Amino acid sequence: MSTTTPTRPSSRGELSSPAAPLRSHKRRIDPLYYFFLFPSLALFTAAVTVPALLGFGYSFTNSIGFGDWEFIGLRNYIAMFQDQGILGSYAFTLGFSLVTVVIVNILAFALALGLTSRIRFTAVLRTIYVIPMVISGIVIAFVFQYLFANTVPGIGQAVGSGALSTSILANPDWAWLSIVIVTAWQSIPGTMLIYIAGLVTIPGEVYEAGSIDGATGWQSLRHITLPLVSGFIVINTILGFKNYLNAYDIIVGLTDGGPGVATRSVAMSIFRGFEGGDYAYQMANAMVFFLISIALALVQLRVTRGRTVFGS
Amino acid sequence: MTTSPATETTTADEPRRSSRSSRPVRRSRGKVGRERVNRPATALLAVGSLAVLVPLFVTVNMSLKTTAQAVDGNAFSIPSPFTLSSFVEAWNLTNFPRGFAVSIFITAIAVVGEIVISALAAFAIVRNWDRRAFRWSFFYLLAAMFIPFPVVALPQIQLTGMLGLDNPLGVAILHIAFALAFNTMLFTAFLRTIPLELEESMRMDGAGTWGVFWRLILPLLAPMCATVGIFAFIQSWNDFMMPSLIISDPDLQTIPVLQNMFQTQFSNNYNIAFASYLMAMAPAVIVYLFAQRWVMSGLTQGAVK
Repeated sequence: MSTTTPTRPSSRGELSSPAAPLRSHKRRIDPLYYFFLFPSLALFTAAVTVPALLGFGYSFTNSIGFGDWEFIGLRNYIAMFQDQGILGSYAFTLGFSLVTVVIVNILAFALALGLTSRIRFTAVLRTIYVIPMVISGIVIAFVFQYLFANTVPGIGQAVGSGALSTSILANPDWAWLSIVIVTAWQSIPGTMLIYIAGLVTIPGEVYEAGSIDGATGWQSLRHITLPLVSGFIVINTILGFKNYLNAYDIIVGLTDGGPGVATRSVAMSIFRGFEGGDYAYQMANAMVFFLISIALALVQLRVTRGRTVFGS
Repeated sequence: MTTSPATETTTADEPRRSSRSSRPVRRSRGKVGRERVNRPATALLAVGSLAVLVPLFVTVNMSLKTTAQAVDGNAFSIPSPFTLSSFVEAWNLTNFPRGFAVSIFITAIAVVGEIVISALAAFAIVRNWDRRAFRWSFFYLLAAMFIPFPVVALPQIQLTGMLGLDNPLGVAILHIAFALAFNTMLFTAFLRTIPLELEESMRMDGAGTWGVFWRLILPLLAPMCATVGIFAFIQSWNDFMMPSLIISDPDLQTIPVLQNMFQTQFSNNYNIAFASYLMAMAPAVIVYLFAQRWVMSGLTQGAVK
């Protein structure tokens, strides 16, 4: 980690040079460094640590967000696991995340392959394909909501397709698909850019060697490209899961959790903690959600044998 | 983006040897026609780009219609008559200038705050990596990567309320806090590659830690700052979750949250709604078009680090 060589002669005694070799524990530290570090630690503690601990504490109480409360042990947690609404939100969120991760990665990878191949108008096409990344999730969800609710059924009726002639948003069995579509629309660009970064690190010689050995296009994709970008697949899967598990904006814009509670995500149910006097109850939900998020991240890292996501 | 961290990922190890390269993956030469342009791929990608362009076209198209024409549900009919009045009405209905001011306020604080606070921390951490306090601080900050906002949302709403931060300032602070982990990681990774010699010679000339940071470190970090700044802008500008939960005064809501009124109060004024959506999207899209370079490289640097 150190950028200097420890053997370099140091002028330690004189002037207590702060730039002395990193390993020396005897040098005096400039107190200003603590001052530099302080805002981050304070901010993080106030914004994340304190509320997380508060939430943890509250999850064992019957608080409704204000007024008196008392400890009720694990009752919130026990109730949670019998609550169809909450179990449903986990089923929806996990299922939605899984489907979205798969679809987004396949499409983003295909686009990255296309955009790094010898095509025309590369710059224009890349510019266009990245646009969704910079558009607000809720705003684009409103746009799609109009399309799904009005335009698509209109087209469906015109061509006499029964399946398309009613709004997908009102269909409890298929509303989730609309959320997958819009989420994919918005998150493909970021995933694609990471794949492009991966693809450009593959030297051309590798493909040359492959084609000398008689590899077809498909074979070189399967046996050269995919193994060489596997680290990027891991990154994209983990980042994707992390985002989709917290799905909120796009769902609010499209279905607002409906029809009924068919598309209510975990984040949405947590945020309802202030509405029904479920404050402490939803804190328990948040804690479970946190553990599941961590567990999933660790499992993914483990499965992929901890390929460096965080680099050096 | 001078240094190229993209190469240090674990994946590209041991490419098989070969004498010459004939398939450069990145097409860098203009029209040197030694290799054929892949026309089917170009055509496919062009068609695929409609998936991006159509929703944007619909937004523009709808915003130019009259209310009478917009209610028929046909997103693709050409506006007739062609009118800009929707923009005027959206402007007034959402009180656009006020929403814009609030959004800009939050975004500006988040951008400056994310850059300065993370860079300060990264500088302190990298220069004192041998000290346990700084190492542990780094890992402490990294933990934020695993704590999504929904986990702390409910207590945070109470805390900000108690502290009088249930307003745009509170949202800006939260934006900074939740971006800390990622930004600090990005900055520390970059700072480790900067040789100490520059700093030492500056100190010889009498510069203190403070001067070194502002006159040497921050300028050296400039490309990273651009990346962090642009992502901070896009994320803050587009965020819906935090402002909608934290800001208690509806008059101080951000532009994305204000769009909700077209679902509740003005649900049949599609033309006005779309004009408003367009005005909400525009700033981030414009910034993107001017700063593409950093948007495209920034994300990958972040991911690879």
